[in-house]
Parts: sequence; C-alpha cells; structure tokens
Amino acid sequence: MSRDLLAKKRNFHWDSIFKIAATCAGAFVLLIIVLIFGQLLSDSWLIWEKEGLAFVTGDRWNPVEGRESFGALPYIAGTLVTSLIALCIAVPLSIGIAMFLSEIAPTRIREPISFVVELLAAVPSIIYGLWGLFTFRIVFKDWFESPTHEALGEHIFLFRDAPFGLDILTASVVLAIMIIPTISAVSREILLAVPAIQREAAYMLGATKWEVFRMSVLPYAKSGLIGASILGLGRAVGETMAVTMLIGNAVGPKAFPFGFFQQGNSLASIIANEFNEASPVSLYFPALIGLGLILLFVSLGINVCAHLIIRRVTNAHEGGIKGF
Amino acid sequence: MEINALDVLNAMKKDEQPPTKRNEPGKKMTNDIASNKEYKVLIENLAVSYSGKTAIKDINMKIPDKAVTALIGPSGCGKTTLLRTINRMHDLTKGAEVTGKIIIDGENVYDSYINPILQRRKIGMVFQKPNPFPTMSIWDNVAAGLKLNGVKDKSILNEIIEDSLKMAYLWDEVKDELKKPAVALSGGQQQRLCIARALAIQPEVLLMDEPASALDPIATQKIEQTIIELKKHYTIIIVTHNMQQALRVSDRTGFMYLGDLVEYDKTEKIFKNPEKELTANYVQGRFG
Repeated sequence: MSRDLLAKKRNFHWDSIFKIAATCAGAFVLLIIVLIFGQLLSDSWLIWEKEGLAFVTGDRWNPVEGRESFGALPYIAGTLVTSLIALCIAVPLSIGIAMFLSEIAPTRIREPISFVVELLAAVPSIIYGLWGLFTFRIVFKDWFESPTHEALGEHIFLFRDAPFGLDILTASVVLAIMIIPTISAVSREILLAVPAIQREAAYMLGATKWEVFRMSVLPYAKSGLIGASILGLGRAVGETMAVTMLIGNAVGPKAFPFGFFQQGNSLASIIANEFNEASPVSLYFPALIGLGLILLFVSLGINVCAHLIIRRVTNAHEGGIKGF
Repeated sequence: MEINALDVLNAMKKDEQPPTKRNEPGKKMTNDIASNKEYKVLIENLAVSYSGKTAIKDINMKIPDKAVTALIGPSGCGKTTLLRTINRMHDLTKGAEVTGKIIIDGENVYDSYINPILQRRKIGMVFQKPNPFPTMSIWDNVAAGLKLNGVKDKSILNEIIEDSLKMAYLWDEVKDELKKPAVALSGGQQQRLCIARALAIQPEVLLMDEPASALDPIATQKIEQTIIELKKHYTIIIVTHNMQQALRVSDRTGFMYLGDLVEYDKTEKIFKNPEKELTANYVQGRFG
C-alpha cells in the first residue's frame, strides 16, 4: 500500500462524532439533576412559602384542611437513625464476609458464595419487605425485642417502648440485611485489588493471616472500604418499600426516634405511605414533595461527606497511597 | 567492583561454631549435614510444580554462609520460584507443590513440625518492587516486624531501627524525618527501607528477588554497595536478571535454565570459565 492510500483510509469524522456523543451523554446527567431539582422545588413551593425553614425543623404533621401544619424533622431523623443503625450492623458483617471471600475461602467455595452474595443484592426490596412483615418481625420480636425490653426496658430509655415488631429496630435490621450484599460485594473487590506484593511484605516478616490483614491489607484498602460503606448508606437512605412495611409509620412528634422499639417513619416511607391520600390542591401534596426535596439533599449531603472522609483518609499521610 | 572470593573463604574458615538450633526438633543432625557447616543453606533434590506443571526440578545447591549467592537465568527459568521456596512463600501460592529438602542450620524447613510463619521470621526477603507499608511512617515500617514479634520497648525498638537503617545505608538520609510517610521516599530509598525492614527481624538468611530491577543506575549502585556490606553479617541469596550485577556483588552464581540448575560455582568461574556450553552462551549474552 502506498503512503497516499493509507492516508486516505483514515476517517476523522468518527472522532468528532464520538466527542459530540460523549459530551451529550455527560450533559444529560446534569440535565436530569437540574430537572429533578427544579420539579421538586416548584411542586413544593407552597409549603416553603407557608412554613419556611420551620418545615425542616418542625415536628407537627396535620394534613386536615384549614389546620394544616407540616414539619419534616421526625422523618429526617428517622431516615438517618435507621440508616445508621443498619450501617453499624452491616459494615462489620460485610467486611467479615469480604475478608472471608478474599483471604480465607478456598477457590472452590469462593465463587459460589460470591455469586450468592451478588444474587442477594438483586432481590427486589418488596421481597425483603414481605419477608420482614410476615416472618422476620415475629421471630425478631419473640426472640430479641421482648426479652431485651423486659431486661433493660426499665433502665435504659432506648428499650423503653413495648415491642410490637413493627418499629425502628426491625426496619433497621432488615435494612442492614438489604445493604450487606452491596457492601460486601464491593469490599471483596477492594480487598482483592490489594497488590500481592503488599501482602507478601507482611508474610515475609512472619505475620499470620490476621496480622497480614491488619497491618497490610486493611490500611491499603481503608478508603475503599469506607467508600463501600457509604454506597450501602446511600442505598439505606433511599430505601422505601421494605422500610415502609416495617417501620410502623408513626406521624407527628411521636415519630421522632427516641427508642429502638418505637414506631417511626422515614422520609421515603412517609412519602410512599401518604402519597395516595394527598390532594394536589391542598398543602398536603407540596409537603410530601418538600420531603422528597429534603431526601435529595440528605443523599447529596451523605455523598459530599463520603468524598471528604475518603479524601481525608487517603491524604492522612502525605502523598497518600500512590503507585511505586 | 571486583569479585571477592577471599571473603567467602574467610567466612568459611571463620565460622567454626556449630549451627544454632532454634526449634530444636530433638533430632540428631546427620553427619552429612554436620560436615557442611560452612554452608548455611543446603538444597537437596528440590522440585516445585504449579498445578502439576513443573517449574523447577531436582535442584541441589550448597549455599555458603556470610556470602552472596546469585541466581541468574532467562525469564521463566525458575530462579524466583527457587528463591521463594526457601522461606516457604509458596505455601501461599495456589496449586504450588514442593518436594525435596531445604536445610537451614540442620533443619529441613519443609519438615512437618516447622511452622512456616515462624520460619519466615528467620528469613528476610526483599522484593522486585519496593513495597513499604504505604500508610506507615519510615519508623513504623522498620518496626513492623519487631512489633509482630512482641518487641514493645520503645528504646529497644529505636536502637534496632537505627541499626537496621544504618545497615541498609539509609540512616543518614532519613534520621531527621523518621516520622515521615515511607511513600514520600524515592524508589531507591524505599527499597533500602525494605531492606532495613527485613534486617530488623534479624534474619539468618536474606533473600532478594531482583531488588534493583525497578531502580535507576544510581539507586542500583547504592543497593549493590549495601549488599556487599551486608554479606559480612548475612547469608544473601539474590535473584538477578542483570549479569553484571551478579558479577559485581556475588561470590557464587547459579545459572538456571528451564527449571534446571545448569551450573553452580564460584562467580568468577561461571563468568570466565564455565564448564557448560549453555552457561558460556548465556553469560556472554548469546541468548537471554
């Protein structure tokens, strides 16, 4: 082939088409966020006009026409509390699962178990909700909540409420079960990505498997594991179906989470529960949309915090973890 | 730098003490081993396979005490595999199977009563790429092995860390910034830090797997100087791709090819007057 022939074969149009297509796709993300934000803000405008910032800090919930009064604080707290309890249960378990899969499990059982973990992540949340409602809450109440309440209820206010099975703790535990697959699948990938040479450095010094994990793998993977946990937290915050079925759906001041066995409510579940009843012409509807806007900001806040934490962990040592 | 065969001879003569016997198994040493006490490591009929595929076969070597032994050969010849059998690193490789004996101070490291974890504490290793613990400071990196072994006293730690860094020829460069993160050091400094980390646990044998392959010529030269100094105190086995390096630092050289130890002799002999045609071709750069 002559040089001319080669030059003619090149077609540079594809490069510009590729550039335009990729830019459009990138812009699409921004467009969606802006549209969602705009829609939520305009639909909830009335409630901000009436309540102002008191909508975020208030705790009353009265949709009766003429006496309308709305406050989101109990549900913000309910969302954060259930998600954090779920995270406290799920993170140690998930990292344990990831540790087992990456460090201990023989190859023969590693693959099937990894597959099952990923399968669990794909189970729709309504299934977890139904299981929680019909099976788990009864067992959990009889075997954990009632005995704990009897033993500690008089001494510790967190266990004061008589357990009913549909409460903050039940919702949190099911939430934890739901986010375990996400956190452990991501954590496993992160642990497997730790270079072999890092592990060998510790093995060379005569470390046991646990010591290798503690001194070599964990510090290397720390920021990634935090990221995996935040991913789980993100899922917990937005989770609607299962939480709605299990949290008890209290409204008003008594929904503020003060105890494990108390009926509560979360931002997502109160929207799901009450949306059907809200008349679009009253303040009820804008109030629920306002909750949606707050939920968007809570998720956004968690993401920003996550980035800050991960950056701090990575930069804790000058230069961070960089290649060699 | 010239080859220092005299050092080997001196080391051989000097070392008249009986081998130390940690992990005393309650066995008598055989006469065969006792007569080899100037040798630190004896490799007998060693073979390694990965999932049935042979990597090295029937290796026999006597590695002298307080000297540098180099393993050379083209990629894939099994030299790294051989090195990693000595501290039982292959226990961690899936499908790896080791047969034969490696005797250090009269003990076969593959005997069933040997705990590989304790065994590794007696053998230091330096890897191809510098691999300091990235979240730890310089001080903590060197202290890591000592802390694992239960040394907690700060003054003892400080003393050993200073000694180790001095031996690795890093002390003067880092003595004022021991709290700095290890990853802030240059590549060559990191590798000498890894040497110091390995020395801190006071190993009997130091294994080096192409310790300078990721470094520039100046850093390489420093590592080589360090190796030459270290052999006064340690038995060093070094795998290298670089024949000039083997010539510069080692007292003995083993040439490996396709899993065989083709020839093993004094370095001078291997490079100037090898027995085998294959060795001659390799060291003269006719293949590689």
